[in-house]
Amino acid sequence: MSVNDFWTPFALLPFLNALIIGISLISIWLIAALGLTIIYGTMGVINMAHGEFIMLGAYSTYVLQTLIGIPFLLCLPLSFLILAAIGWVIERGVIRTLYRRPLDTLLATWGLSLILVQGVRLIFGGEPQYVGVPSWLNFQIQADFIHLSGLRLFIIVMAIVMVAVTWFLLYRTTLGICVRAVMQDKEMAASFGIDANRIYSLTFCYGAGLAGVAGSMFGALKTLFPDMGGGYIVEAFLVVVVGGVQLAGSVLSASLLGELNSIFSYFTNDTFARFVLFTLVVVFLRIRPQGLLAEKMTRR
Amino acid sequence: MKVSRRTLLKGAISGATVAAVGAPHFFIPNPAFAAPWIEKGGKIKVGVLFSQTGNLAVVENDSTQVVLYAIDEINANGGVAGMQVEPVVVDAKSDIKVYSEKISQLILRDRVISTFGGYTSASRRAVAPIVMARDHLFYYPTCYEGRECTQNIINTGPLANQHSQDLIPFMVENFGPKVYLIGSNYIWPKESNKNAKVWLERVGGEVVGEDYVPLGGSEFTPIFNKVRQQQPSFIFSTVVGDSDIALHKQYLQEGFKVDKMPIASLTTGEIETRAMGAEAGAGHFLSAPYFQTMENPTNQRFVEGYLASKYGGGGVTHYNMEETYLSVYVWKHGVEKALATAGDIEEVTPRMIRDVSGNIEVGDDISPEGRVWIDPDNFNIWLKPKIGQCQSDGQFKVIKAADEHVGPDPMSIYPERGVCKADGLHQPDGTVKTSVL
Repeated sequence: MSVNDFWTPFALLPFLNALIIGISLISIWLIAALGLTIIYGTMGVINMAHGEFIMLGAYSTYVLQTLIGIPFLLCLPLSFLILAAIGWVIERGVIRTLYRRPLDTLLATWGLSLILVQGVRLIFGGEPQYVGVPSWLNFQIQADFIHLSGLRLFIIVMAIVMVAVTWFLLYRTTLGICVRAVMQDKEMAASFGIDANRIYSLTFCYGAGLAGVAGSMFGALKTLFPDMGGGYIVEAFLVVVVGGVQLAGSVLSASLLGELNSIFSYFTNDTFARFVLFTLVVVFLRIRPQGLLAEKMTRR
Repeated sequence: MKVSRRTLLKGAISGATVAAVGAPHFFIPNPAFAAPWIEKGGKIKVGVLFSQTGNLAVVENDSTQVVLYAIDEINANGGVAGMQVEPVVVDAKSDIKVYSEKISQLILRDRVISTFGGYTSASRRAVAPIVMARDHLFYYPTCYEGRECTQNIINTGPLANQHSQDLIPFMVENFGPKVYLIGSNYIWPKESNKNAKVWLERVGGEVVGEDYVPLGGSEFTPIFNKVRQQQPSFIFSTVVGDSDIALHKQYLQEGFKVDKMPIASLTTGEIETRAMGAEAGAGHFLSAPYFQTMENPTNQRFVEGYLASKYGGGGVTHYNMEETYLSVYVWKHGVEKALATAGDIEEVTPRMIRDVSGNIEVGDDISPEGRVWIDPDNFNIWLKPKIGQCQSDGQFKVIKAADEHVGPDPMSIYPERGVCKADGLHQPDGTVKTSVL
C-alpha cells in the first residue's frame, strides 16, 4: 500500500462530517462509560461486569420488543428498571461483602461477567439477535455533505439527557449531597447520620440502570450477541480512567477521545486510529496518572 | 544427606533442563510402535474444533452443530466402515492461542484420526504447523484465500479465485466500475481483496478506497464517511462475524440506497441477514456455492432434517454450514477408500486418508449444493459458484450460477510461486517444496 492510499486527502466537507461523526462517537463512548463512572467514582468498585450489564440491557430490550411487543422507546426506561433490579441483587449478594477488598471485587465482578455471558448464551443461544429500530428514527439529516442518521441523533440526545439527569441527581438533590459526602469520606459521612450502605446500594442500582439504557441503544445500533460487552468495557474504562473518575472528567475525556478517533480514522483508517489513540492514552497516563480532572478524595 | 534449599534449587533446575532437552524425543511417538489411530471394536474418534464462545461463535457455533448432525446421520446409517464415529468437541473460544493448544490436545491426548475446524484463516494458520509436524489431517470447511500448498489440510469451501471470477465482473457490469473494499483486519480479507483487484483489472474496474476494521469492531461511520466522499458503484465486503451485522445495519441507517451502491459480500449469509433484520440485508449480493433456498431434493432433505433435529435451533442453514457438512462426508469417503487400500482399519493413518482423498466425490444424493469433488493436486474443492441476492424475507435468490464446475487455484494470483501438486509446491526452479504456508 502506497503512502497515497494510506492518507485520505483532505477535503473540507468530508472533514467537517468527520467532526460530526466524532460527536456521535462521543455520545456512544459516554453512554457506555456513564454507569461505570458512577459506580467506580462513588464506591471505588472496579466493575468488570459493566460490559455485561450493557449486554443484559440489550437483551432485555430484545425480549421486551420481540417477545412481548413493547415499542422501542418504552424499552429504554424498562431496561433501566430491569438492570437496576439486577444491580440491586448483585450489590446485595456479591459486592456488599467485598467493600473492604477492592482486588477481590475485581475478580468477583470478572467472574460475574463470565457467569452472565454464559447464562445468556444458555438461554438465548450464541447466535446474534435482532432489535428493530422504530421507523420514525429511519431518517437522515442531510445538508450537502453533512450527514447524520436519525438513530445517531437520537443517541446524541439521549447522551445529553443521561448526563443532565445524572448531574442533577448528584449536584442538585439532597441524595446527591449524601452521595458526594460518602464519595469524599465514608466514615465522616456516616458520623453525620448518612447510611453509607444504602447510598452504595442506590448508586450501584443507578449505574447498572444506566448500563441497561446504553445496551438498549447499542443493540439497535450495532450487533446483539452474548459477547458484545467485551467491546464496550475497554472504551468505558478508557473514558473513565482518562477522565479522572468523575462526571465532568468523563464528559471531557469522551469528547477528546471520540473526536480524535474520528479525525484519525478520517485521515488514515480505523485500525490505525485506535493504535494512535491507545498510544496517546498510555503516554497521557504516564504524565498525569490521576486523569484529566481529579477531585480530591480519600483513597479507599 | 542434608538437603539445603540451594542444592534443592540446583537439582530442580538441572532436572528441569534434562526434562526440557529430553522431552521432545520422549513424547513424539515412534510411528512403528505407536498404537493404531483407529482400534478395532472401538469407535472412530474425530476432533471438532470450533469457537462456541467469543466473537467468532456467531458462525462457528453452527459449524459445531452441523458436524454433530452429519456424524449422527452417518452413525444412524451404519457408521464409517461399519464403525460408529465419536466426535471430540472442543471450544476454541475465538482465541488463536487456544486453537493451537487444542489441536495438540486432540492429536496427542484424544488421538483423533482427523479434525474438523476453523472459520478464519487466522485459526487455520494457527493449527497448520502442528498438524503438519504431526503429519495429521485437518478439514478446513469454509472459504479461504488459497496461497498455500500443504499435504495435511483438505478444504471444502471456495477459494478466492472461485469467489471473484464471477462476482466481480457481474457487479462491474451491473453497477459500474468503481469499488470500495471493506474488510476485517486479517489475512483472508486482504488476500481476497488482492484477488478481487486482479479480476477488477481484467474487466476495467478501479478501487476507490480500501479499509479494514478490527475483528469484532462495530463502528463503520468513519468508513462510510469516506465511502460517501469517493462515491463508489458498489462495496466489496469481506467483513466477518458480528462486525458484518453492524456494517449492514449502519449502511441502512446512513441512508445509502441498495439499488445505487449495493454491498457485494463473500460472507453475509442467511444467519447474518436474520440478525441484522431483513430490511438491512435486502438487495445486497453474496457469492457462495450454496443458499438455503436452493431447490433440489437433497437440499430439501438437508434443510428439513437439520432444522427438525436437536442441532437446528439456529433456524437457518447457510453456505458455511453446508460446506462443513460436506467436509464430514469427504472424510467418510476418505476413510473408506483408505481402508480399501490398507486392508486393515488399524493400519489407516491420517496421512493415508489425505493421500487417497484426491478425486473423492460427494454426489447429488448427499451434497445439497450438487455434485462436488476434491482436486487431486491441491486438495481443495471443485464447485459451482453462485451469486445470490438477499430478498425481503432474509433468504437469497440465486441470480447467477456458473454453468460449469470451477476448479480451485490456490496460486491463481501468485503464478511465480509455482504449481501446487499432491506431493508439494512445484516451484519454477524445478524443486518441490512441501508444507507451504
